[in-house]
Amino acid sequence: MTSAIQVHDLRKTFGRTVALDGLDLDVASGEIHGFLGPNGAGKSTTIRILLGLLRADSGSATLLGGDPWRDVESLHRRLAYVPGDVALWPNLTGGEVIDVLARLRGGVDERRRASMIERFDLDPTKKGRSYSKGNRQKVALVAALSSDVELLLLDEPTSGLDPLMEAVFREVVREFRKAGGTVLLSSHILSEVEQLCDRVSIIREGRNVESGTLTQLRHLSRTTVRATLGDPVDAAQLSTLPGVADVVVTGEHVTCTVGSDDLGRLLEVLGAHRITALTSAPPTLEELFMEQYRTTSAATS
Amino acid sequence: MTAVAELARPTVTGLTGTTSLLRLAARRDRVLVPVSALGLAGFVAMSAQATFALFPDLRSAQASMAPTLANPALVAMYGPISSLGIDSIATFKSVLLGGVFLALLAYVVVRRHTRTEEESGRFELLGAGVVGRRAALTAAVLLGTLAVLLTVVLTVALSIAVGLDAAGSIALGVSWLVIGLSWVGVTAVAAQLTSSTRGTAAWSLGALAIAFLLRAVGDTAAGDSPGRFLSWLSPLGWGVKVSPFGDNRYWLVVLGLALYSVLVALAFSLLERRDLGSGVLPSRAGRDRGTMGTAGALTRRLARGTLVGWGVAYVVLGLALGSIAGSVETFVGSPEVADMLRAMGGDAGSITDIYFATELHFAAVGASALAIALVTRMHTEETTTRAEAVLATPVRRARWALGHVGLAVLASAGVVLVGAVVAGLVHGADAGDVGGAVGRLVGAALSTLPAVWVALAAAMLLYGALPRLTGLAWAALIVFLLLGEFGDLLDLPEWLVDLSPFAHLPALPGGAFEWTPLVALTVVAAVVGGAGIAALRRRDIG
Repeated sequence: MTSAIQVHDLRKTFGRTVALDGLDLDVASGEIHGFLGPNGAGKSTTIRILLGLLRADSGSATLLGGDPWRDVESLHRRLAYVPGDVALWPNLTGGEVIDVLARLRGGVDERRRASMIERFDLDPTKKGRSYSKGNRQKVALVAALSSDVELLLLDEPTSGLDPLMEAVFREVVREFRKAGGTVLLSSHILSEVEQLCDRVSIIREGRNVESGTLTQLRHLSRTTVRATLGDPVDAAQLSTLPGVADVVVTGEHVTCTVGSDDLGRLLEVLGAHRITALTSAPPTLEELFMEQYRTTSAATS
Repeated sequence: MTAVAELARPTVTGLTGTTSLLRLAARRDRVLVPVSALGLAGFVAMSAQATFALFPDLRSAQASMAPTLANPALVAMYGPISSLGIDSIATFKSVLLGGVFLALLAYVVVRRHTRTEEESGRFELLGAGVVGRRAALTAAVLLGTLAVLLTVVLTVALSIAVGLDAAGSIALGVSWLVIGLSWVGVTAVAAQLTSSTRGTAAWSLGALAIAFLLRAVGDTAAGDSPGRFLSWLSPLGWGVKVSPFGDNRYWLVVLGLALYSVLVALAFSLLERRDLGSGVLPSRAGRDRGTMGTAGALTRRLARGTLVGWGVAYVVLGLALGSIAGSVETFVGSPEVADMLRAMGGDAGSITDIYFATELHFAAVGASALAIALVTRMHTEETTTRAEAVLATPVRRARWALGHVGLAVLASAGVVLVGAVVAGLVHGADAGDVGGAVGRLVGAALSTLPAVWVALAAAMLLYGALPRLTGLAWAALIVFLLLGEFGDLLDLPEWLVDLSPFAHLPALPGGAFEWTPLVALTVVAAVVGGAGIAALRRRDIG
């Protein structure tokens, strides 16, 4: 599997602010890669370096086998970018913007342009100044998807879209991958990332905290187990089991968390107490995300 | 219940929050307004003092200045002189020029706190709080008015302090009050009419240009011609007619206050008829397909409105210049005066030639403003992140920048040439030699372009290397203009005056043509502009 994006030990400071502090990122060709982090974590800075708009202070970044700072012309033919806050020219219509951006990138795919405008339910005859935020976002998405590219760099592309349009967006991005495209999707809408992404990277304060598939990340994290038991269990006894924590026993109900390697042992013990109901929830991305932040902020402070 | 009553009341006046908005606006303008006011007052006081020093006795002043001041070229620029008193001579250039700068200040302040705020969406942030519907416009109009009053009071005080006649100084204040308040009103209305900052600029600056031309034509028309009435249609004309240090017509303040009241009332009634974010003039649906395929085409398309506006302005300018030229010779009949003007204009030819040479240099300064506006658009594109959208396509930065620079070069040359051709046609038809007049003026117009390129290149360098200081390009142009206008009067050292590229232009038509300064200016422009593009290629965008 080849890499579409390879970033190693990337650093970038703005004055005294450190935006990127040794970031690593690896996006494989043909995958949708989620790029997670809170505001100010360095997601946009990374994407802007990949676009050759910013120059990294040190470290390396390779994009589709080229240097994003030097090979602007050849690389930009093969990628499209959608920012989170789209600014349009106030006196150009949406249709004109879509056409000029797609032509600059090498040409308009007429069939795709028409279908995207229809699916995103966009009126291309309105002037830039009269579009709402969500509609400006749609113009940028249609412009990006109307030309023939291999890589999409999307920086919080769905901010301002309504839930219906978010669903269209997810569909369209999946089709793009199916056709062989690669997507870097920066977002903090975790449900979106969870539904779309093959792998995710979580960054914090300009550094990579975790990356891998959701399954891999889940493996690192703890599963919450809730059980209703026929024979009550002693909280202290459960807590002595390896890998078990956060034990709460109220009458016949028990809740605890357990590392994935120790789940089997826990179930054996609970089984001896006549389980009448059991739910075991793997951590959601949100829990993973929160946990990463709790642990790293504890480690840094 | 009381809470409901308190909440309900503000909607009646729509003025709730005006004081806090005014305080916020005043805080944002705490440098701009006082510095401009002081600058304008200082400009009057300093040029008056310099004139006093230059002409210790009144007679010599009258003898040397009187014929010059009757020159229509000067009357077109500065208005007719109020009297032949030394105070009037000392403020000849500052009355109208300062009034125009004050109108610009009023326009900037009012626009900043109305349409610009609304377009950027910051208003919604405020409007969602407890702020009445009329509060923002009220605050902007109040601040604009305060800025005008502050400037007027400072100017009157400083004028009296440097020894200008007190009654005349107050008349000067009245003149500026009329002009300044008029543009508070004009801008307040313009901000309601259109739905963009640029549209507001076009309406209020367009009104300023028209007002200037109306009074230029009116003031230079022959004594008995009905054309003289045109000056009365222009608030700038009223400002001139106050005639400070001459007739001191204080009563004209009534006209200014009346126009101010009518325009402000109109602005508020327009505000009632529109939604937040929109203008009274509707935004129409446009084409669903675009034809642009290159970054240059996009740049040209975005500049289209500006180019048309400037083109029209220069056609009108050419008409005015050409029609005034015919009367230049008759105004200045005596051979002594002709000799003196010749001395002033170096080795130039006829009086008409000197007149055209002077006005073409002004036209070139104007074209530089266009060039700077087109180059600094890149900065606007960058700060609004629209540049990012273009630069994320295969368009290289140097190419994007060259598109803007190339357009600025062509457009500035285009307007100067249009002005020269039109002036040549009108003057040539008058003098019976169309071909000759057009040819000479076009040649002269071409010779001013290298100075325009230097101003353009300076803007490119600022934007490329120090984007946050891009606005200094305008300051530089104003300094060039003031150095040319007042360098001799203030007796500034020659090296300082020579900093202005316009100081190196040959006096054409009529004067001797020299290649050296033109080639030197062109080389400077190429080096400076090239450095700007090189700097842009190396820096971070956004």
